[in-house]
Amino acid sequence: MLHSSRLFATVAVGLLGFALAAPAAVADPVKFDFWYGLSGDLSNVVQQMCSNFNKSQSDYQIVCTSQTDYDTNLQNTIAAFRANKQPTITQIYDIGTATMLLSGAVLPVYQLMADNGYKVNWDDYIPGVKLYYASSKGDLWSMPFNSSTAVLYWNVDAFKKIGKDAAPKTWEEMAEDMKALKAAGYDCPLATDITNNESWELMEQFSAIHNLPISTENDGYDGLDAKVMFNQTKFVQMAQDLKDWYDQGLVKIKDAKAGESYEAAFADGHCQMTLDSIGDHGTIGKTAAPDMHWATAELPMFAGFERHNSIVGGASLWVLNGKSDAEYKGAAAFLNWLSQPQQALFWSTETGYIPVTKSGYDFMVKSGFYDKPPFKGREVAVESLSEGTPTPLTRGIRLTVMPQIRQEWGNAMQAIFAGQISVQAGLDQAAQRSDADLAKAAAQYQGKTLP
Amino acid sequence: MNPAAGPHVIPANAGIHLASVSASGAVKIDPRLRGDDVAPAARAGRKRRVRGAAASTRKRAVFGNKWLGFAFAVPQLLLIFTFFYWPASQALYWAFTLQGPWGGGNQFVGLDNIKAVVTDPVYWDSVVRSLIFAGLSTGLSMAIALVLALLVDRELAGNRIYRSVLVWPYAIAAPALGLAFRFMLAPQAGVLAFVNHIWPGIWDPTLNGNEALGAIIFAFAWKYVGYNFIFMLAALQGIPRSLLEAGAMDGARPLRRMIDIQVPLLTPTLFFLLVLNITDSFQDSFGIVDIMTGGGPARATNLMVYKIYFDGFKGLDYSGAAAQSIILMLLVVGLTFIQFRFIERRVHYN
Repeated sequence: MLHSSRLFATVAVGLLGFALAAPAAVADPVKFDFWYGLSGDLSNVVQQMCSNFNKSQSDYQIVCTSQTDYDTNLQNTIAAFRANKQPTITQIYDIGTATMLLSGAVLPVYQLMADNGYKVNWDDYIPGVKLYYASSKGDLWSMPFNSSTAVLYWNVDAFKKIGKDAAPKTWEEMAEDMKALKAAGYDCPLATDITNNESWELMEQFSAIHNLPISTENDGYDGLDAKVMFNQTKFVQMAQDLKDWYDQGLVKIKDAKAGESYEAAFADGHCQMTLDSIGDHGTIGKTAAPDMHWATAELPMFAGFERHNSIVGGASLWVLNGKSDAEYKGAAAFLNWLSQPQQALFWSTETGYIPVTKSGYDFMVKSGFYDKPPFKGREVAVESLSEGTPTPLTRGIRLTVMPQIRQEWGNAMQAIFAGQISVQAGLDQAAQRSDADLAKAAAQYQGKTLP
Repeated sequence: MNPAAGPHVIPANAGIHLASVSASGAVKIDPRLRGDDVAPAARAGRKRRVRGAAASTRKRAVFGNKWLGFAFAVPQLLLIFTFFYWPASQALYWAFTLQGPWGGGNQFVGLDNIKAVVTDPVYWDSVVRSLIFAGLSTGLSMAIALVLALLVDRELAGNRIYRSVLVWPYAIAAPALGLAFRFMLAPQAGVLAFVNHIWPGIWDPTLNGNEALGAIIFAFAWKYVGYNFIFMLAALQGIPRSLLEAGAMDGARPLRRMIDIQVPLLTPTLFFLLVLNITDSFQDSFGIVDIMTGGGPARATNLMVYKIYFDGFKGLDYSGAAAQSIILMLLVVGLTFIQFRFIERRVHYN
């Protein structure tokens, strides 16, 4: 009895203490969720940005949660949406764009900003970036966030040894340079990999800069019954060349599962060239030896083709349906804050990603950002994205089953490089299976059209 | 004895008095002499015992509280329902409808999904690879475990340490195991890298499908050696020593004793482990495949369980993945049935 009354007294005093300790009730900031698919270093930068936003105003509070990687974030967003517990903003990777556009679960960004009274200069976005995420009418459905493109990283010291001071501009020149590097004693002139991830650098970017189709329907923009075409374009020649160079020892396959990834192999100086995302520019800068001189260049092309803009990679921010108006106000405020040039500068300083607006890029050029290491070399990516006017084949990729198509491509390349199948037969097989996946997806989305 | 005294009760500490005489002169014969009091008592006791025995076959020990037993079972039932029956029924539903990733559009398509899966040559390739994986990894791990258990049972030096340590790999989560083996078997940086120095390119699981399959078989078998070992050792300890001694006296050498006495008596455990290993190899292999090879190279390690994950979660083809998982469940059930039907006949239960 005494026991329980003592306990009661303790609890009562505790509660009273809590009540006294609580601050006077102020209007609580509106909380809204932001799920993103980055981890490690990049995740820390995102968290930093979120806390900067929260500190800059007191009306809204963004809660940022890392979902580890893009695939997991897409899966979790879908699962949350089905359970009606979705976040307000979610970061979805480039090849998830078509899935999001057809989902019926998004509130287009242009509409969000208009509804909340923000005037955004949509034409300020770099065309190569904007058209990836825009509807057929040219309205942006998602906000480009971390954008990148593929570039050629090359080792200046090694090239000096073979008497060159510029990276090769064509694949023919590349072949000669690789032979010269091999003769000069470098064991690994070019490092790459052939999993589904490298479809981006080796096939998709290749097709865009050569203005070649990846699939019919203008890479999926014009309709859902597309068929892939990478087994019929100049890419077949590219694949054949890569296989021949691999057999000659000029191209090495470097995979993290085998010991070292290709960007790590380049940073270590084991390999002299690699094709990789500009997003790794910061990492390579931090992990390369201080006395190693390296630079970036635009991707090489086959002679006889006119260079076009490469396509953007990375991810964009999508706003989901089913949230409250207050949360949408907060989301609009956050997206508006994010598009300021200072935030673009912060983001591009802390990570390897590039600015997505022309004004942001100009602001950074004027402030001398690209003049000195470690940021010198990233302007190549912006130039690559801004090359000329985008054509219907260089806007981007809008195929819902792109993850499967990449997997089929990767399987085919692995079979080709292992000598199990010829280049044309392997790519044909990949195309056949990709078309089956596309047909299945068309059935799944029957009756829907891309906005 | 004093006949004149009142009725005598035979005191407890008295010896046996054969008779006593009451005041009325009646002679009371010691009932023990008479025998029928003993007998009745004994008979009664026996009867009581018999009755008790009969009663105990008739009268069961009843646990009065009906609800307590049910209450104990409820948590387990809830778990089974939440983590098996509910997802399985959802999978069945998805397998027969066309699921859009974002929900909605539950259009009934009958057997179309299953037909699409079954007519896909890549799917059958995956099934064959899963069966090869199941057979080889189970065979490898059980063979090694059997040898180790037989040796430890013979009390070879260090057997106490082996008993404790050999089961630890089973406790390692499959992804952690996959990561460790990925590093160890990396062609350029791992334990086998020296082989690549002598014969360049001979060990390359990133491009050679058979080597990749061998790597995951080895990793999976390694994990289950300890698990199999513990069960086999326990079963071996249950074999009466006298049998082995009899065999030894008859001149059988250790190997012969192992083959002819211990292994046949071990067959119930071996059968049980066979069923468990094969079932586990169909689903516990996911972590290893995902970390070590990602289904590659060129689909060489694309086991059924990994294909379900990839098609469902990366390809967002929920209907196809659900159809595949139904087929996988039926396959495992079928394999278990076959094992019980045909292999159990050869098991010596005694």
